[in-house]
Amino acid sequence: MARENFTGIFLALAALGLTVGGGLAAGQSHRIVIKAASYDPAQVRVHIGDQIEWDNQDIVAHTATVANKAWEVVMGPGRSGRIVAQSPGRFDYICRYHPNMKGEIIVEP
Amino acid sequence: MTRLHIALLSAGLCLASQSVFAQAPAKPTDPQIAHIAYTAGQIDIQVAEMALKNSKNKDVRAFANDMIRDHKAVNEKALALVKKLNVKPEDNDTSRSLMQQAQAKQKELSALKGAAFDKAYAQNEVAYHQQVNAALQSTLIPSATNGELKDLLSTGLKIFQGHQQHAEHLVTQLPSSSSSLR
Ligand SMILES: [Cu+2]
Repeated sequence: MARENFTGIFLALAALGLTVGGGLAAGQSHRIVIKAASYDPAQVRVHIGDQIEWDNQDIVAHTATVANKAWEVVMGPGRSGRIVAQSPGRFDYICRYHPNMKGEIIVEP
Repeated sequence: MTRLHIALLSAGLCLASQSVFAQAPAKPTDPQIAHIAYTAGQIDIQVAEMALKNSKNKDVRAFANDMIRDHKAVNEKALALVKKLNVKPEDNDTSRSLMQQAQAKQKELSALKGAAFDKAYAQNEVAYHQQVNAALQSTLIPSATNGELKDLLSTGLKIFQGHQQHAEHLVTQLPSSSSSLR
């Protein structure tokens, strides 16, 4: 599970030039809880440099996969994953395992 | 396998499944509901294991692995819950018919190979999740009296609705059966 988690973050970093969160993030942190196969909140509005963290409190694994597949965070049950916003725009994402799960990140400059 | 055969096969599976849930008692008890839900999960795990043995298609195999992982996780929670609630899952006509139907379906699928198997498996996953989800929505969730059981079934429904959509995508990704006739 830990490896899966790391891979997700790594993919996200590689694809969008995102930086690892935690101590490195200068901006605000936004937390999205995953429960009963849904993202809460489904929409977050962030600024460049902000960290977006998904906290999977559900009983199965989920992903946050951006529509163009440029980044993906994979989280087993009870795990979390994060990315840092680096470019402005609207990013629709879904869970690759459960495409009925939909979320949106709006990154403002 | 011709397109007509596949269409007939799918239609046959749909009819068979509907009759299974039509046999469900109007208001099943919690021990019966737990057994039906658990059995439905085990069936999907079995057919996914069959897909892993039979399919070489990357998307089909990934989907089958997803089904095994999720249905195992949900069924583990269900087992933990019935233990905690001291409920003994109770065999009943619906879960027995589900098992019988699953055996017939697995026999049908085992006669298929390659792309024909992949398509039939994916189509059956759509139909099967549709039927299980409809039963959860209309009968099993409303009938559950224990709050924790109701919650687990509701979470399960959301997850399985995701599986249904995922299976629908998979069907459209796979080469159409008509192209294999050319
Ligand atoms: Cu998911």
